[in-house]
Amino acid sequence: MRVPDRFVTMAHGGGGTRMQELLSEIVFPALGSGEVAAAEDAACVDVPEGRLAFTTDSFVVSPLVFSGGDIGKLAVCGTVNDLAMVGAEPLYLTLGLILEEGLAFDVLEVALASVARSAAEAGVEVVAGDTKVVEKGKADGLYINTAGVGVVPRGVKISITGAMPGDSLLINGFVGDHGVAVLKDRGAFAFDVAIDSDCAPLNALVADMVGAGSVHALRDPTRGGLAAALKEMSVASGLAFEVDEEAIPVREGVRAVCEVLGLDPLYVANEGKLLAAVPPDDADGVLEAMRASPYGRDARLIGRAVDGKKGRVSLIGALGSSRLLRMPSGEQLPRIC
Amino acid sequence: MRYLDEFRVPEAARELLREIGEQRAGGTFMEVCGTHTMAISKAGLRPLLAPDIDLISGPGCPVCVTADTDIDRAIAVAKTPGVVLATFGDMMKVPGSDGSLASASAQGADVRVVYSPLDALDMARSEPGKDVVFLGVGFETTAPTVAATVLQARRDRLLNFYLLSFHKVVPPALRALVSLDDFNVDGFILPGHVSVIIGSDAYAFLPDEFGMPCVVTGFEATDILQAILRLVKMREQGAALEVEYSRAVKPEGNPKALAVMHEVFEPCDAEWRGLFVIPGSGLALREEFLQMDAGCWDLELPEPSRDSGCRCGEILCGRIKPMDCPFFGGRCTPDTPVGPCMVSSEGTCASYFLYSEDADEPRGGGE
Amino acid sequence: MCLAIPAEVVELKENELALIDIGGARKQISMMLVDDVGVGDYVLVHAGFAIEKIDEEEAARTMELLRQLAGLDEIP
Repeated sequence: MRVPDRFVTMAHGGGGTRMQELLSEIVFPALGSGEVAAAEDAACVDVPEGRLAFTTDSFVVSPLVFSGGDIGKLAVCGTVNDLAMVGAEPLYLTLGLILEEGLAFDVLEVALASVARSAAEAGVEVVAGDTKVVEKGKADGLYINTAGVGVVPRGVKISITGAMPGDSLLINGFVGDHGVAVLKDRGAFAFDVAIDSDCAPLNALVADMVGAGSVHALRDPTRGGLAAALKEMSVASGLAFEVDEEAIPVREGVRAVCEVLGLDPLYVANEGKLLAAVPPDDADGVLEAMRASPYGRDARLIGRAVDGKKGRVSLIGALGSSRLLRMPSGEQLPRIC
Repeated sequence: MRYLDEFRVPEAARELLREIGEQRAGGTFMEVCGTHTMAISKAGLRPLLAPDIDLISGPGCPVCVTADTDIDRAIAVAKTPGVVLATFGDMMKVPGSDGSLASASAQGADVRVVYSPLDALDMARSEPGKDVVFLGVGFETTAPTVAATVLQARRDRLLNFYLLSFHKVVPPALRALVSLDDFNVDGFILPGHVSVIIGSDAYAFLPDEFGMPCVVTGFEATDILQAILRLVKMREQGAALEVEYSRAVKPEGNPKALAVMHEVFEPCDAEWRGLFVIPGSGLALREEFLQMDAGCWDLELPEPSRDSGCRCGEILCGRIKPMDCPFFGGRCTPDTPVGPCMVSSEGTCASYFLYSEDADEPRGGGE
Repeated sequence: MCLAIPAEVVELKENELALIDIGGARKQISMMLVDDVGVGDYVLVHAGFAIEKIDEEEAARTMELLRQLAGLDEIP
C-alpha cells in the first residue's frame, strides 16, 4: 500500500484512488471474489422459489472488538438471525461501512475477516457494499449497516405472532453472556470474568428445529434481553406467558457480575439466542434437535403460552408465587441500592 | 456463589411460611430498606403472606428521598463547563424541577455512571483539566465508602476532586417515623447493610423507648421470612431487637468504617423528599474538607417545582400503597416518573410496578 | 440501600487494595474500611469496598438452621 500510515483518512472516502486502494487492498480481499468484487453499482443475484424475506440492521457496538467477537461477526450474525427468525434461509447481505477518520486498518481488517468467516459459516454471500469516511469524532471507530435477503421456503410459516395457547417456550442456551462480555471489555467497571459474547448465526439451528417439529414463533432476544423478547412475543401473539424463573439458564459468571452491579440478567443483551414457541407435543423432539446442534446444546424449556391477558408475562419464582415481567425502560444502569 | 446460594433454600422458606401461618396473630410490618422492598417483591412474598401479614415499605430509598432541589443542584453542577459529574447509576433518571441527570447528559453535560466513588477519583487523576464532582447519595452503607474516597483524595493532594453530599442517616428517620401520631405498624424489618456499618445497638431505642419489635435481617427470602416469624412472635412475647443477619451484623457495627465516616462527615439537617426536614439526618462535609464541597458552589438553579400532586410522602410513611396514588401506572410510570418512588428501580412504586401482580390494574383513578 | 455481595479475597495488594472473586468474576476493591482480613476470608462488597468480613461461624449456624427447617441432610 502506498499509504504510509495504517489508518483511515478522509481521502479514503473521497471516491478517488485512495478509496479504490482501500477497497482493493483491504475490503475486497476479505470478502472474496464474488459479486462484491465486481464492484457494479448493484448486485444481481438469483433467488430461489419462495417468499422473499428482507431485513436491515445497523451495528454501533463499543468496543469494536470484544471477548468472543467483534463488530464484523455481530453484523453478519445479527442480520442472518433476523432472517432466521422468520424461517427464511439467509442468502445475501449488503455491507455499508462508515469509517471514522483515524480508524486503524488492523481493526478494519479484523472486522472484515470476521465478516467473511461468519458469512461462510452461515452460508451467505456479501454481494454489495458501500464505504464512507467521516471526520474524527463523528463515528465510534466504525459503524456497520447491513441489509439481508433470504427466502422463506413454501410451507414454512414462522412469525412473532404465531404462538398458540399451550405452546412450550424454549430458549437455546444461557442468557446475558453478550451484554456482560461487552460491559467487561468497555472497561468502565473494571471487572474480569471468563465470559464471551454468545454471538452466533442461528439459521442452521432453526433449520434443525423446523426439521424436528412445528415452530410457531421465534424471536431473538437482543437489546432488552430475554425479558423484551418474552414481552414482545406475548403481545404479538395476544396470549399470556408463564415463565419458570428457575428454568432460565444463566452462567455463574454472568449471575455474579449482575449481582455486583445490580443488573438483572433477563434484561441483558444476547447475540446468539432465540426464543421459540412450539406445540407442547413437539417440544421434546425440538429440544433434542436443538441440543444436537452447535448453538443449542444448553436448550431448555422455560415456560408456556396460555390463554390470558395479552402481554402479561408472569415469572414464577422458587416459592411458587408469580410476579409480572415488565418491558425494560431504557438502558439498564448499574446501581448500588 | 458462596455465602449467597446457601441461603437460597426454597424448602426452608416454605417451612417458614408454614410456621408464620400457624401463628395466632399476624401483623403489619414495615420494611425500612428499599433493597428489602425489592427482595420481597422479587421473591413474591407479599401474596404468600397475605392476608394475615401486611408489609409496608418505609422511606428506605436514599435515591427516592433526595429532595428535588438537591437534584436541581446536581444538574446545575453537571452543566458547569469543565465539570464531570460522576454518579451511581441509580440517580440518572431521578426527576428534579426541570429534567434529570440523564436529560442533562443528553443535552451535553458530562455525566458519567460509576460503580464506586473510587472510579471518580481515578477520573480526577487521569483528567487533570477537569473538575470531577462525585454525587454522594446513600445511607450509612455508602457514606463510609465516600468518606474513604475523600480521605484518599486529600492524601493524594487531588485538587480537582469534589463531593456533592446528599447522604442521609437512618436512625433519626426511624425516630421521626415512630413518633408520628398515626404511625400504626407492629414492627420493623430493619436494614441489613446499613446495620453492618452502624451496628444493631443503634436501634435499641425502638423497643426500649417505643415498645416496637424489630429484627435486623438479610436479603434472601429465608432471611426476611425468619425476621417476620420473629416479629409475629414478639407481638406475644414482648418487643425486642433481634439480629437475624448475624453473619454480617455485629452489635457495634464496623467501628473502622464508622470512624472514617465521622472523620469526614458531620450531621446536618436534611430534607427528605415527600416527607419533611428531619433534624440531624443528613451528612455534610466537615469544615476541614470544605474546599472539596461542590455544595458551596454558586450556581444558577431553576425555580423549585410546586406540589405536583405526587403522593410519595404518604407512600414512604406507609400511609398508602402505590396503587392508592391516582398517578400510579397512568401518569406516573418508570418511563415517565413523577416522584422519586417511581424513579429508582428500588423505589416503592417502581418495585410494585415492576414486580407486583396487583400493579396491572391500578386503582385510584389511573389516568 | 444497598447491594452488597459476599466475595472471596484471593489476593491482598498494596495501598489497601485486594482482588476478590465472586462466582468466577474478579475485581479489585478497597480494604480501607476493614481490618484483619486475609486471603481466603470472605467479605461483603459494596461500591468497590469491603464493608465487613463475613462471620463464617455465624453463617454456618444460620445455614444449619435452614437445613433443619428444610429437613435436608445437606444444603443443595
